[in-house]
Amino acid sequence: MDDLSDVYNDLIMEHSMNSYNKKNLNNADFCEIGHNPNCGDEITLELKLNNGIIEDMAFSGHGCAISQASTSIMIDTLKGKTVEEARKIIETFIGMIKREIADEAELEKLEDAIAFKNVSNMPARVKCALLAWHTLEGILEKSNS
Amino acid sequence: MNNYLDDFPLLKNKNIAYLDSGATSQKPQSVLDAISEFYKTHNANPHRGAYELSMEATGVYEEARQKIAKFINARHPEEVIYTKNATEAINLVAYSYGIENLKPGDEIVLSIMEHHSNLVPWQKVAKVTGATLKYMYINDEYEIPDSEIETKITSKTKIVGITHISNVLGTINNIEKIIKHAHKNGSVVLVDGAQSAPHRRIDVQKMDCDFFVFSGHKMLSPLGIGILYGKREILNNMTPFLMGGDMIEYVHEQETTFAPLPNKFEAGTQNVEGAIGLAAAIDYINKIGFEEIEEIEKELTDYAVEKLSKLEFVKMYVTPNKANHSGVISFNIEGVHPHDVASILDNFSVCVRSRKSLCTTTYEIYEY
Repeated sequence: MDDLSDVYNDLIMEHSMNSYNKKNLNNADFCEIGHNPNCGDEITLELKLNNGIIEDMAFSGHGCAISQASTSIMIDTLKGKTVEEARKIIETFIGMIKREIADEAELEKLEDAIAFKNVSNMPARVKCALLAWHTLEGILEKSNS
Repeated sequence: MNNYLDDFPLLKNKNIAYLDSGATSQKPQSVLDAISEFYKTHNANPHRGAYELSMEATGVYEEARQKIAKFINARHPEEVIYTKNATEAINLVAYSYGIENLKPGDEIVLSIMEHHSNLVPWQKVAKVTGATLKYMYINDEYEIPDSEIETKITSKTKIVGITHISNVLGTINNIEKIIKHAHKNGSVVLVDGAQSAPHRRIDVQKMDCDFFVFSGHKMLSPLGIGILYGKREILNNMTPFLMGGDMIEYVHEQETTFAPLPNKFEAGTQNVEGAIGLAAAIDYINKIGFEEIEEIEKELTDYAVEKLSKLEFVKMYVTPNKANHSGVISFNIEGVHPHDVASILDNFSVCVRSRKSLCTTTYEIYEY
């Protein structure tokens, strides 16, 4: 990595230090814990669905700047999307972090979450960036069945 | 001072400050050469063939055992059992001694600063046998006070598991007192020497521990080799841990009698390369000498603690009693998660251990 500020950029720092998405929902339909036993990061993700649309999401828990910011920015990005749209965006995000997708037009769909692109250069931090996204993936799978 | 860095090819070739030897050490050229030499000149399956090469392999394997026995001052070479690592050595004792001997009402006593390897196996023993698991807690100076030793280890205690030097706090525990008190109460003691064997001269006879375990890879050897030392009379009375070839005397259709020590505990083809690498690492350590090793370690630790203590945003978890502290320094940076700290330091080519480490129980106390 050449420049740390590519990863610890303003957007990520803002979301990690003081996220408005870090709260509890009163009427969540789903609540799921995401845990990374290697580093101890743990988040609880809450989700409210309305007619197949993600109406609201919130999170609590603790972890490093990257995992906290990634969770918060994921919530901003996916709120208001349909479950199907959210699934596709999750797939794209995971693809970007794992360096499987590099197509700019495709990555544009990630909106602010594109800020994590440089995490793909830090193999030790990939899990931090993906924790919330994998957790949400699990919730959406459940919501389907 | 000699420039020992030149002995380590990886450190010479990469411009890094490697501060994670507590997890695994880098290897000197002499260890790498010894392993390569074994495969070029002596490789065969030890204890098997009646041909010269196999005898040679057996020879170097057993010579290594003698060197390791001398390194920790074991009375007999057969008290030294090869394992995969310290974790496997502890599991061997947990299964072959713990599960065989403990019963409901008995107690296992550990310290709260144990590595998971000296904690999770004992949870298993407690679950299987109905014994109770108890912990000695630490004080504000990150040490186990005498009162904890005296109240937790009682006549009900059958096994005490204690780390010699904590991998999280760097605290050097008062194992002499723990061992004495445990023996007075009729308990055996297992000392986890993973962090101490590379840094302090070990004398298992003087220490009078019943079991002592360590890993080769934390002391300049290859991965995959570890040692269980046990007192001969105790090991003789234990049942084998892993069954298979090389650990047998006679095998019948329904019954088997087992080989004497040390083979009884060494089933299957062994890691001869690892044993030879460990012996070469001991040669390297002996050449430098523990006096010099301790002196350099003290100098570096004092320097780091002094510099870190000047930074207001750094909180160290280190005992103020210098004599009880080794080279491990745990710290937190206010408001920054350890994972982020490690990434940022990595950007400056400094390798440190981050995360909640391998001792969740210690961290639960300090709410990292």
